Formats: sequence, C-alpha cells, structure tokens
Amino acid sequence: MLIEIKDAPFEPYQRLLEYQAAADFSGKYGATAVFVGSMREFNQGDDVTVMTLEHYPGMTEKYLQKISQEAADKWDILDSLIVHRVGEMLPNDPIVLVAVWSAHRAEAFDASRYLMEELKSRAPFWKKESLKEDTRWVEKNT
Amino acid sequence: MSNAVITIKFFASLREHVGQGDAETSESDTKTVIEAWNKATNNMAMPENTLMAVNMDYVEATHPIKAGDEVAFFPPVTGG
Repeated sequence: MLIEIKDAPFEPYQRLLEYQAAADFSGKYGATAVFVGSMREFNQGDDVTVMTLEHYPGMTEKYLQKISQEAADKWDILDSLIVHRVGEMLPNDPIVLVAVWSAHRAEAFDASRYLMEELKSRAPFWKKESLKEDTRWVEKNT
Repeated sequence: MSNAVITIKFFASLREHVGQGDAETSESDTKTVIEAWNKATNNMAMPENTLMAVNMDYVEATHPIKAGDEVAFFPPVTGG
C-alpha cells in the first residue's frame, strides 16, 4: 500500500511496472485494475491551457492513506498504489494513477473504483485552470 | 509560550477570498473552529460550502480547539 504526491510530471505506466516488479505479491495476483486520470484541454466549454493543482501537505497524504486502508479492510486485495500530481500541468499530463492488485477481478475493480471516488470527495486537492485570458478555480468535481 | 498558539490555514480559493494563507490566534479567546474563523478573518461571512479540519481531520464548525492545534479552512475538494 503506497501513496505518492509528485510535483513534477510522471509516467504512470512506467511507475506501475516499477512498483509491480518490486512488490511482494508476485505470483499471487490474477487481477490488476488501473485508473489513470489526465488533464483535458477543455472544461465547461472553455479551452484550458494550464492547470495548477494545490494540496494540503500532510492532510492530503493522511487521507490517501486512510482511504487506502479502508479499501484494504473492505475488500480482499493484495496491494494498492495511488500517485497524484500537484503543481502546474499541461493538457495530456497524467493527474492521478490508482492501481489495485487482487487474486480475482471483482475485488480489484471494486476497490479501485472506491479509491477514486473517495479520493475525489475527501482528499484535499484543488484545481485552478488557466484559460486564454483568465484563471478560475474548479468549483466542483464531476 | 509558543505552544499556546493555534495555527490557522486557508487554502485555494478561500485563501484568495480571505486574503491570507496563514494566521495565528491564542487559546484564551478561541475555543471552537468557528471562533478561529471569526478571529482570523475579522468576522467575514464564511462561504456556505467551506470545509474545516483540525489537526488534519475533517470537523464541524462547533468542534473545540486547544493550544497547539492546526485549524484549516478550504473549499470543496477537486482532485483526481
């Protein structure tokens, strides 16, 4: 169970392979559910050129750990990984990686969905968008 | 005594709204989260959807606070 906050671009698929290669569940997993969220170049009908993600250092990590532990308690999973960007990013940049490993697919699907939904509603991150001539805070998660 | 201090933090759009990121108050005149808000913002109206945390756990506005606590105010979260 690992959570990481990155202040520079990361490559989610490479990070996934590295983590899996070093993990202690080798030979035990039959399912890996992976979610990658990326920055769009549009939102609410406007072009978005840059997005800045702010977080609450300490509390963000605490809540990502908390929801990871909740998923491990609720489902029979082998491991989970959450990586989340902060700072300035550009369209197509990965924002978040969530991966869950389990023996069978149902637990990996359900736990990864839970991690993403709880992250979006409880982890203290905030998005600010730069439009062509303006900036605005994203007010609610879709 | 530095440990008699209560630290107050504001994040994201709320930081811009109140015009400060960090503030301090003392235990003697601040007993709850809402009192910390009133003290730090000079009684600004709190936006309806404001979230609050004490020592990095979500709480309600009436939650008690004590010396050494860190109180945070922020808008709804938009990560992921």
